[in-house]
Amino acid sequence: MTPDSITPEMFAKLVTLAALELTPEESEYLRTELNHQLAAVKELSEIQLAEGVQPSLHGLDCQGSAPRPDMWLPFPNPAEILAQAPDSDGAYFRVPDFSRGEGES
Amino acid sequence: MNSIQLSARQIAQKVRAGELSALEVLEDHLRQIQAVDGVPGSLQDLSLDPSEESKVHAFLEVSAQLAQKQAEQVQARVQRGEDPGPLAGVPVSIKDIFCVQGTTTTAASRILYNFRPPYTATTVERLQKAGALIIGKTNLDEFTYGSSSESSAFQPHPNNPWNTQRVTGGSSGGSAASVAAREVPLSLGTDTGGSIRQPAAFCGVVGLKPTYGRTSRYGLIAFGSSLDCPGPLARDVPDAALMLQVLAGTDPKDSTSALAPVPDYLAALQEGVRGLRIGLSRDYDHISYPDTLTGEMSVQAIQPEMNSAVRDVAEALARLGAEIVEDVPMPNARHGIPAYFVISRVEAASNLHRFDGVKYGYRTSAPVRGLSELYRATRAEGFGLQPKLRILMGMYVSAAQHSAQYYQKALRVRSMIRSDFEQAFDPRGAYRLDALLTPTTPTTAFRRSEVLGDSVLMQYSDQMTVAGNHAGIPAVSIPAGLDPLGLPIGVQFFGMDFREDLILRAAYAYEQATQNAKWRGVIPQALRGSEVSA
Repeated sequence: MTPDSITPEMFAKLVTLAALELTPEESEYLRTELNHQLAAVKELSEIQLAEGVQPSLHGLDCQGSAPRPDMWLPFPNPAEILAQAPDSDGAYFRVPDFSRGEGES
Repeated sequence: MNSIQLSARQIAQKVRAGELSALEVLEDHLRQIQAVDGVPGSLQDLSLDPSEESKVHAFLEVSAQLAQKQAEQVQARVQRGEDPGPLAGVPVSIKDIFCVQGTTTTAASRILYNFRPPYTATTVERLQKAGALIIGKTNLDEFTYGSSSESSAFQPHPNNPWNTQRVTGGSSGGSAASVAAREVPLSLGTDTGGSIRQPAAFCGVVGLKPTYGRTSRYGLIAFGSSLDCPGPLARDVPDAALMLQVLAGTDPKDSTSALAPVPDYLAALQEGVRGLRIGLSRDYDHISYPDTLTGEMSVQAIQPEMNSAVRDVAEALARLGAEIVEDVPMPNARHGIPAYFVISRVEAASNLHRFDGVKYGYRTSAPVRGLSELYRATRAEGFGLQPKLRILMGMYVSAAQHSAQYYQKALRVRSMIRSDFEQAFDPRGAYRLDALLTPTTPTTAFRRSEVLGDSVLMQYSDQMTVAGNHAGIPAVSIPAGLDPLGLPIGVQFFGMDFREDLILRAAYAYEQATQNAKWRGVIPQALRGSEVSA
C-alpha cells in the first residue's frame, strides 16, 4: 500500500457519498490523514487468523432486555420535538424541494 | 467547612442526616466553579484575558437553576422525613454528550449548538432520582472524537488542573477536569476507546468503564454503538462504586443493556484482595506504533514511570495478600488500535448520517437549490474536521469493495482480542486471573497542541485502554503517583464481564494502602492559593 492509496479522484467521490463539501485546505488535510490512517490499519491484513475465528459485532454476548411488545407508545409532547426543527409548519418538518437537476447525493 | 472538601459519600450522608443542606452544598460548588473554571467554551472567536490560560474551562454550561430546583426537592424530602436517595445533594457534572432536558446538549459540535433535548438520558435520570444535583454540562472532543478534548467546537477547551499548559485527555476531558478541580465530586462520562480512563489518568482521578451493557446508552449521542459505555469519574474508589451502583442495571429503552444482577459494589470493597490473582503482562509495557507513510510497525518504549507505577501497585497488593501472576500473554493487544480505526469509524459514520439540518440543530443559512444541497452545506458548516474524517474513513473501509479487507477482518481481530482476556480470566485456565493490571496510558498528560491534528498519534494515546472496549469487559483507572514533572500517573485494572466488584476491590485496596503516600497530599496547580489549599 502506498501513502497515496486514496487518490484525489477517489477522495472527491467519497466526499460526495458522505454528503459533505470541503474547502481545498480541508480536503488536503483530510486526504492526508485518511491515507495515514489506512497505513496504520495495514497491519490488519498481515494478521494470521486461527481457523474458525468468527467476527464479533459486540465484545460479549450478554442477555439484554427482552423485546417489548410491539405497542404504540406516543411521545407525550410532540410539539417539543417539532420545536427543535430549524423550519416547521407546526405539524411537519419543512425542507426545500428536492429539485431536479440538483444532482445526486 | 466547605463541602468541596468532602467526598460524595460524606455529602450524601450529611444531607440525608439533616446535618448539611443540599442548597449549601450547591452554593459551595458553584463558588468553586466561579473561582477556577473561567469563561465557558464558545463558538465565537473570543479574545481572552491572559488570566484565562490558567483556568480549567471544564464546563460548557452551568445549570444552576436546574440544580437549585433539585436541591430544593432534596431538602423538602429531608424535611418530610423521606429518604432523598444515595446521592442526596451531591453535585454531578455531565459530559455534554448526554441528553438532559432543560440543558443545551451540543456534543461539542456546531451542528448541535442549539439542541434542547425533549428527553433525558436514563443514566442521568437515575442520578436525579438518587438525589444528585445536575450542576452542568462539561466540554469534550467534538462528538467524543479525540483523546485531548481540544477538538471541541467550543473554545477554550478544558485545561488540565495539574498544569493548565497540558491537556486533560479525552474525550471526557471536561468531566475529569471538573472532578480534579473540585468543582464536583462526581461526573458522568463515556468510554468508547478509553475516553473515561485516559482523562481520569491524566487528571489524577478515578475513572470506571463498566462492562458493555452494564449501564444504559439511552439518551447518549452515539459514537460507536457496539463500544460506547457510560460510567463514573470520581476522586476516590468508593465514590466511583457508589455512582456505579446508581447507574447500573437494565433499561427497557436500551435493548443492549444487560439483565445481569447488580451486586452491592460498596460492600464488596470491604472484602480486600487476599487471595485475588492479579496479572501483569509484558504486552502492556510498551506500545507498537506505525510509520504513518509505510505502516511499518515499530516497538516504542512508554514513559518509564508508567511501568514502575504498575510494579509499585503490584507490590503493594502482594503485601496485602494478592497473588501476582507475571507474564500473562496478551498477544493481540497490539492490534487494538488498527481494529478500532476500522470498527469505530464504520459505526461513527453510520451514526453521523442523522445530522442533516432537518429535524434539530444547525441548518445552513446559505441559499440552496434543493434538499441535497441543504444536507451538504449543513454538514460542511456544522461538522468540524474530526467528524468529517471519521465519516470518510468509516465509509471507505465499509464500502463493498473494501469491507472484506478492513471491516470484516477487524471484526475477527476483535474476537482474538477478546480471546486473550478469556484465556487470562478462565477459572480452569493457566492464569485464572481476577484482574489484569496495566498502565492506563503510554505517557502522562501531553502539552496542549502537541498532538492535535495528528489523528494517528492521537489515537495511539488509547492503546492501553482500547482492548477493553473491543472485549466489552470492565476496567478502572486509578491514580498511582506523580511523574517528575508533577503530572498524575494512572494504572488500570481490567476485569471479567460484570465483575466490576473485583476490580474495584483491587483498586480500593491499593488506595487504602497508600492513603498516607506523599504524592496524595499534592494539590493540583489550578487549586493552589484557593480554599482547598488553605
